[in-house]
Amino acid sequence: MSNTRIDRRSLVAGAVAASAWGGQAASAQDAPVRIGELNSYSRMAAFCLPYRNAMQLAVEEINAQGGLKSLGARKFEIVFRDDGSTPGDAVRAAEELLTRENAAFIAGGFLSNVGLALADLANQRKTLYVATEPLTDALTLAQGNPYTFRIRPNTYMQTRMLVDAVKDKGVKRWAIVAPNYEYGTSAAAAFKRLMTAAVPGFEVVVEQFPALGKVEPGPVVGALAQARPDGIFNVLFGADLPAFVREGNNRGLFEKRLVASLLTGEPEYLLPLGDETPEGWIVTGYPADQIKDGPHGKFIAAYTAKFNEAPRCGSLLGYVSAHIMRDLIEKAGSTESGKLIAAFNDATFDSILGPIRMRGLDHQSTFGAWVGETTLNGRTPAMKNWKYVSGEAYLHPEDEVKAVRKS
Amino acid sequence: MDASFLVAQLLTGLASASSLFITASGLTLVFGVTRIVNFAHGSLFMLGAYLAVTIVPRLLDLHYSLPMFALGALAAALIVGLIGVAIELILLRRIYRAPEIFQLLATFGVVLVVQDLVIRIWGPLDILGPRAPGVPRSVEILGQRISGYDLVLIAVGPTILGLLWLLMRRTRFGVLVRAATQDREMVGALGVDQAKLFTATLFVGSFLAGLGGALQIPFKPAQPAMDIAIISETFVVTVVGGMGSIPGAFLAAIAIGLLQAFGALIIPESTLVMAFLLMAVVLVVRPWGFLGKPDAHLGARTAIEGVKSLTPLDATGKAVVAIALVAGATLPLWSDAYGLKVAIETLCFALAAFALNLLIGVGGMVSFGHAAWFGVGAYAAGLLTVKLGLHMAPALIAAPLIAGAVAAFIGYFIVRLSGIYLAMLTLAAAQLIYALCFQWVAVTGGDNGVVGVWPAEWAAARAVYYGLTFLLCVAAIWLLRRAIHAPFGYALRGARDSHLRAEAVGIDVKGQRLAAFALAGAATGLAGGLYAFSKGSIDPTLLSIPMSIDFLAMVLIGGVQTLFGPVIGAGLLHAAKDFIMPLTDLWRTWLGLTIVALVLAFPQGVLGGLAQWRARFARSRKP
Repeated sequence: MSNTRIDRRSLVAGAVAASAWGGQAASAQDAPVRIGELNSYSRMAAFCLPYRNAMQLAVEEINAQGGLKSLGARKFEIVFRDDGSTPGDAVRAAEELLTRENAAFIAGGFLSNVGLALADLANQRKTLYVATEPLTDALTLAQGNPYTFRIRPNTYMQTRMLVDAVKDKGVKRWAIVAPNYEYGTSAAAAFKRLMTAAVPGFEVVVEQFPALGKVEPGPVVGALAQARPDGIFNVLFGADLPAFVREGNNRGLFEKRLVASLLTGEPEYLLPLGDETPEGWIVTGYPADQIKDGPHGKFIAAYTAKFNEAPRCGSLLGYVSAHIMRDLIEKAGSTESGKLIAAFNDATFDSILGPIRMRGLDHQSTFGAWVGETTLNGRTPAMKNWKYVSGEAYLHPEDEVKAVRKS
Repeated sequence: MDASFLVAQLLTGLASASSLFITASGLTLVFGVTRIVNFAHGSLFMLGAYLAVTIVPRLLDLHYSLPMFALGALAAALIVGLIGVAIELILLRRIYRAPEIFQLLATFGVVLVVQDLVIRIWGPLDILGPRAPGVPRSVEILGQRISGYDLVLIAVGPTILGLLWLLMRRTRFGVLVRAATQDREMVGALGVDQAKLFTATLFVGSFLAGLGGALQIPFKPAQPAMDIAIISETFVVTVVGGMGSIPGAFLAAIAIGLLQAFGALIIPESTLVMAFLLMAVVLVVRPWGFLGKPDAHLGARTAIEGVKSLTPLDATGKAVVAIALVAGATLPLWSDAYGLKVAIETLCFALAAFALNLLIGVGGMVSFGHAAWFGVGAYAAGLLTVKLGLHMAPALIAAPLIAGAVAAFIGYFIVRLSGIYLAMLTLAAAQLIYALCFQWVAVTGGDNGVVGVWPAEWAAARAVYYGLTFLLCVAAIWLLRRAIHAPFGYALRGARDSHLRAEAVGIDVKGQRLAAFALAGAATGLAGGLYAFSKGSIDPTLLSIPMSIDFLAMVLIGGVQTLFGPVIGAGLLHAAKDFIMPLTDLWRTWLGLTIVALVLAFPQGVLGGLAQWRARFARSRKP
């Protein structure tokens, strides 16, 4: 307890000093800069535990390299809290991080409703929120605010990457299956809109929206097969995906059909498919097992050595996000919200994925995704024919952003 | 749509139904005999699946055949059966003398622990089991391909039904189970060892839950959220089928399976509510379910012992209340901003829990859907400010009015029932309202909810908003207490203890209960409105099942037989959560263990326990 108190006092002193002498005077301080990170470590453990592992790895590296140089080598620290997977718990934990732990700003969030609630809290409290994972388009569009910045490619961007990959395949009759919640329905809507524009004669012959986490695979597969589509756009993930895939394989749903599937190439969702993995689905994902070169290869090797498993998509996001947050503080030379935000807008960050830009218009980064096909490597699921696609070309069109974004 | 497709859809629907029945039959059995609202049934189901994906592949490595698969599934089920016995011996047996509903709380503690446990043991990734050997991947029927395993399930369901029928009709155990379902006290009076009977029932019930989990691994993965996914549906099956009726559960499972299979063809989003819609309709039209008996006794028996006598506060009580009020009123002077935040939330929960105990402890109406009124209040306040641009003050006036009106409307259907049927109808109603908030995206923002619900300028300061919350919550609790001490409260308690006598002396039981429902709904709606403004957002988790369970837990932890117990319970539960969550990833385990410890230490609730202890102390001091 006494430690926190000293931290608090020195941090306040540091902030006062920083604002008075333009950040230089803070060099006298050695208290770490804290970032409050909230996520669903217990309820979304498959994604969030690797995410946190990688963040901890990044923090170790950053501090081994001398910490935050523009703040007099102060240490970089991330305080983790479970967000309880509900906006109510998340907002309370965020308050705790900001008041009791003296977090300079907050980051994280998995579920979209949690992300939106945190964003609004950040707006209310005029503090920075780095939304690493929540995918909902609303976060950077209609409900975007000056204090919220998102790292991951949103639902629209990932859908658009898939649309680009399938629009020239000559398939017009599509079936859509998506979980019945915002991520699923907005992916389905984006797919329809983009395909209508890109493919003349595009039609949706059947749509299924089973409740999230409760898919009854038999009836869903039956309904899809009955409509005899030529292509299937799948948004199911998590526990719903293996059930859907096995039932579809049993009944030949995917035979001679083009399948485009969101997120399915992410190890979190691909690995559980095991030898059930269908051949040739076009997916977004992360082929961590096949990247060997450059700084990214080095990250994968270091992560694998430390945690005894290949990084997941969550790991990549956690690692890159931690470095972006470090670089952001370095650029701002301060932990003050106003300066951080000014430094974030339209900044470009070096990352293991290459440069990532934070578009000032909607606070969406150009963090990309891998687009490729699913395959089986022996009995292990994998991606093939993949390429990394930067988010740059897939951001929401500027006029659309301007039309809906209020601030 | 051609006929062959409809047949295929029918068969897959039946397969889902069969799978659901196996799990639900176990709950029907346990519920019928012990009356325990066993939330841990879903956990047992989950353990069955995880054990099966561990055991079955190893056995198949030894010998790849269908019997080996079946052996693995049975072994998993057997282990789960033994886990059920352990839960009964270690935990439930110690609290059989507590109010019946109290065991619900203990099983809820188990649910939390098991959720962490499976991630600890099996890791966070979903695990899909092997296919059943020798079963063809698909079978062609009328030109439609159907999973071969679906046909296996369609056969297994009725087989289990037949075996259970034999067990119930042809064995002594079955006779005792049926007798206990009818009248537990009588069975005890006839010299049957109830403890043994309960243990055996828990074993069979848990075995069936485990078997249900084990048999679904070839088509659904084992995953850490499957307990929550199944539990509400198994309760629906149990209630719709008729209390304690296994053939009824079979029919109910089929009804749900088919409704989902065909409902999704017409409205693809409908799977969200289908089961609860069915339950609501059945409870309104035929409350005792498909094959249950219209037995008033059965429903009434689950009514719990509630608040006993309404003695005015003695000197000590007055002193404690006065100290609490002074401490609460001066909190902004000695607490930091975060402490105030937690206090605001605790006050909202305390009011909601106090109102819930007006229904449970005073009215004898157990509500499993109390979060509905909290959520309606929050949505009313949130939508009025964000969408209609109302100010905070009118929105906070509207929140209790709207929540009270909705509670009165739904209460009209609810108060005609009693006991567990009443409880289940509140659950169904809450789920229907939840689905409305979830699905009506244009107005409610769907599952993303609506943000920007912040207090008005004058109340924006944390201390001011705390003051407002403190004032309103304390005032509301005081008013509710007044109502409980008024003839209204006496009438409610009279109706709780003897419906018939209450009616005989001229009390309009339904009318009084409806008024209680509306009053509790309004108070909880106010709590929800205050909560929404403190959080800045509204979303469907505010009226979800876990929220309802939290409210129940608060009432039970504090003590259902005391007026102020729920307030204490709200404080304890929220403080425990706030204390434990930042400490460890395993916060669910520790929260679960805390609840279990409280259950064992205070079987009458914390305040109930203290009151008892004080009474004993006072008695021993008498000369």
